[in-house]
Amino acid sequence: MSEFFTRMGDGSGVYMTAEEIREDILKGVKDAADRGKIPELTQEEMDYLYKIITMPGNIVGVERGREVVSTSDSGSCKMTYHANIAMERSMAVLVSEKVLGADSVDIGNMDYSYKAVKQIIHNETPVMELAQLNAVMPVLYGSMPNLGLYTKPDGPVENWSELLPLAKIDEARAAQEEAVEHAVRDIVFVAGEMYAAGADGINLDTCGASGDADFLAGLLATEKIKEKYPDLGVEFGAAGEFVLGMHGKIEYDGAKIAGLYPHKQVKLAEKAGANIFGAVVNTNTNMSFPWNIARTVTFVKACTAAAEIPVHVNVGMGVGGIPMSEIPPIDVVTRADKALIEIGKADGL
Amino acid sequence: MSGIRTAGDLVLRMQLAKSMKIDAAKQYVADKLGVKPIDLSDSDLMAEIRAKYGFGRSFDLNKSPKGIEAKFNIARKIGIKINSVELFMARAGLNKEGA
Repeated sequence: MSEFFTRMGDGSGVYMTAEEIREDILKGVKDAADRGKIPELTQEEMDYLYKIITMPGNIVGVERGREVVSTSDSGSCKMTYHANIAMERSMAVLVSEKVLGADSVDIGNMDYSYKAVKQIIHNETPVMELAQLNAVMPVLYGSMPNLGLYTKPDGPVENWSELLPLAKIDEARAAQEEAVEHAVRDIVFVAGEMYAAGADGINLDTCGASGDADFLAGLLATEKIKEKYPDLGVEFGAAGEFVLGMHGKIEYDGAKIAGLYPHKQVKLAEKAGANIFGAVVNTNTNMSFPWNIARTVTFVKACTAAAEIPVHVNVGMGVGGIPMSEIPPIDVVTRADKALIEIGKADGL
Repeated sequence: MSGIRTAGDLVLRMQLAKSMKIDAAKQYVADKLGVKPIDLSDSDLMAEIRAKYGFGRSFDLNKSPKGIEAKFNIARKIGIKINSVELFMARAGLNKEGA
């Protein structure tokens, strides 16, 4: 019986038979459809996904004409802070543009959070100004709402992660609501400074990392940014496939935020005025790549079908069908990209 | 799409500024450049077009528009406002709002 090389969700290699791959595809599709209450992929789409997974060649590509564009999460930091190449960030922007062929990139600080950036904004804006003078492609500024940073002892509000185990539910909720106000103020302040420095857009990355209140902070900040700076693009990126209910009662536009999957998250981002939505589907390290990518494509197809704005799927380590691995293997990365674009109808990555 | 090696930067601009989905963004840019959407990812063809309109390229020729200069040309040809171009004009006293 012939076997095909693929990977597990942790990146390790594994050989699977055709039957095993088809079975995992079906299980992944059904898991997403059940959790999200969304349509399953059609049999034709599952057959095509099987074909993508088992295609010969180390890497695969989309059909000619189906290419999409890319945005980034701390894009210019990948070379400077992460790879530790001694390089000024506006120079990393030019390397991204001229050497790597990026469609856009975002500049971010080492502490990729708006709260931290606010205090050093006078040193962040010159980086954007230099990048804008020398770069041709769109350059965004990116950071996370990161609501947890507003808790004591580093921040001004009580720590809801300490209050919840003590059954102080009302106090925990009040602390989160107060933190939202601080976060929105900081995000809008940084966005205004970056707009004045020439930024093409602001990237609200990983919204919901601290739960539903964190997601709300991103939505309210988006509203205010578009109100004050209508020409500044906003990319609203999610933190996960499912918004955690750390608060549990927070609503936006009449919808409870906790528990929303990507096809409903995108509608709130649209309502707030975001120009691009970054969809996230988490990778399960114990399951195979066929299971993970089938599940991801099912969620993404529902999200792009619901969306009026472009959807850029997060395809980094541990999301978007990509293994949770420090160095994502290119064989499954290219297969994930092809599946997300051709079946999931992603507008970008 | 490979950014300024092709027309990826232009398509991304339409998504970020006008919330256009990928096919609409490609069609808009293609119409402005007088090509088909499928041509936007052809690095050879796009190198010629970018040189013709002064849009900036990965390996710029001497005396060709670069950086903010190329963005002036992009804004005019594609018909969009680019924040850094507007700021450049204002700060250099090149428009009515200029210093």
